[in-house]
Amino acid sequence: MTETPRFLRPVTMQEADIGHAVTFEQPLALDCGRSLAPTTVAYMTYGTLNAGKTNAVLVCHALTGDQFVASDHPITGKPGWWTTMVGPGKPIDTDRFFVICANVIGGCMGSTGPAEIDPETGKPFGLSFPLVTVRDMVRAQKMLIDHLGIEKLLAVVGGSMGGMQTLQWAASYPEAVRAVVPIACAARHSAQNIAFHEVGRQAIMADPDWKNGEYQLAGTRPSKGLAVARMAAHITYLSEVALQRKFGRNLQNRNALSFQFAPDFQIESYLHYQGASFVDRFDANSYLYITRAMDYFDLAEEHAGQLADAFRGSPTRFCIISFTSDWLFPTAENKRIAHALNAVAAPVSFVEIKTDKGHDAFLLDEPEMFGTVRGFLNSVAAGIA
Amino acid sequence: MIASIPQGLRPDLAAIAAMIRPGSRVLDVGCGDGALLEHLVRTKNVDGRGIELSQQNVNACVARGLAVVQGDADTDLADYPARVFDAVILSQTIQATEKPRAVLDHLLRIGRRTAVSLPNFGYWKVRLSLLVGGRMPRTRALDYSWFDTPNIHLCTLADFVDLTRLCGAETVEAHALRENGTTAPMQPSAWGPNLLAPGAIFLLKKS
Repeated sequence: MTETPRFLRPVTMQEADIGHAVTFEQPLALDCGRSLAPTTVAYMTYGTLNAGKTNAVLVCHALTGDQFVASDHPITGKPGWWTTMVGPGKPIDTDRFFVICANVIGGCMGSTGPAEIDPETGKPFGLSFPLVTVRDMVRAQKMLIDHLGIEKLLAVVGGSMGGMQTLQWAASYPEAVRAVVPIACAARHSAQNIAFHEVGRQAIMADPDWKNGEYQLAGTRPSKGLAVARMAAHITYLSEVALQRKFGRNLQNRNALSFQFAPDFQIESYLHYQGASFVDRFDANSYLYITRAMDYFDLAEEHAGQLADAFRGSPTRFCIISFTSDWLFPTAENKRIAHALNAVAAPVSFVEIKTDKGHDAFLLDEPEMFGTVRGFLNSVAAGIA
Repeated sequence: MIASIPQGLRPDLAAIAAMIRPGSRVLDVGCGDGALLEHLVRTKNVDGRGIELSQQNVNACVARGLAVVQGDADTDLADYPARVFDAVILSQTIQATEKPRAVLDHLLRIGRRTAVSLPNFGYWKVRLSLLVGGRMPRTRALDYSWFDTPNIHLCTLADFVDLTRLCGAETVEAHALRENGTTAPMQPSAWGPNLLAPGAIFLLKKS
């Protein structure tokens, strides 16, 4: 009898309830040339699938999100990450729609990712996990949708990396999705965004506890590196105006400068808190893999540089939303998608919402965004009623 | 012929609606809150798209289920390929564009037919107002002071007809707006409507 070794999981999720999970035995061919088998997709659903299976809405999560879009997070106990958008009576109304949200492959909330055990070696994948792309993530989601017996999604909705997935859905499976709502995203990751991601990855890899990605075997956790990665990234999710408004030069728990390097300013302790709370729920290697997937995203690339060709003849309806103060995925990038769609006369709506809350605005209380999404989904649903 | 006016639709929009063939693909440039586009989608089953500058209006359109893009006629029309739309509409907007000629050139390129409605600065009340009052005229259709008006390129119907010729466009139909909200067919180069009509609608094409 062989004893199965117990590895330290990167986060405390071994006891966590990941919701539903389905494991596909057939190999999932990846863009990198390798394939995954078996592939597990962890997901949550909300609402009820109607008899005709015409009311399914897939919500795609962002870099550090997960399947808990509208219910409490099993590790942090906090409410779902998009309860303002998804729920009974909300714009993505779970009283009307059957909402599905799946953890991306490469993630760390139950879907196959670098923290999971490689069946070939019996050890955690670590860096032997194949590089996945946004298209691979969408391929896994398509397997889930097929598994659920849904031929055509009413809509795919997502912000940031979730928005990239909505675009990939429209490009890869135009017949399987009636409408997509890409929010605060781009059809390609910009040089600046790749640069910020590289800073985050280098912070993780510079942490001695990262152990070349084998920290689970070593029984360590590169928490400091991951926290720094999160801190740097978090700045890009906000806007200068919002930071100034919220924190200014306010001091934290003191009346005067300390003349030391302990956090003097509120913005410093805020970032420390963001970093510290993140490492409790996220795996460092997953962060490497998913940021890489975003870096590799360029929808035009698979169409000889012509973004418009990705959507040529597409029957899918698009509703693109951007935010004025988002400098990570600025309006210009979102408009580029709208222009490409116009060039092939695809049905597209584009709304730029005025806010000073930066990229994070898509997760926050933005009534104009809610009104837009609600009106758009209603009109899509009315088209099949 | 007097065009029938659908309930609630502005007279010039109703006249434009009458020019649109059912089931066609239509682009409404400066579509406002989407009233005309929605009317066309509902009653003529058109495949309708819009461009609108104001965010508030775009949001209203999208909430109505219309495919509308926030954008600027002066800068964004260049992104549209030639002849993808059966009809392009520019209602009460040309006088607010920075480069009316470039905009009209784009419209004639993008659409097989182009419907333009515009206020007439040669209307007798406007002429009289300037002659008698000695100040820039303010009318019901153009109710702005000269210093804060968005209407930076006002013209008379005769001026507009000159522009259509400069652009190499052929006038398929022209209708004069009347004070009572009805419309009547007009000869593009007739002097009468240029004096008597507060506005007009032209259907243009360029082969």
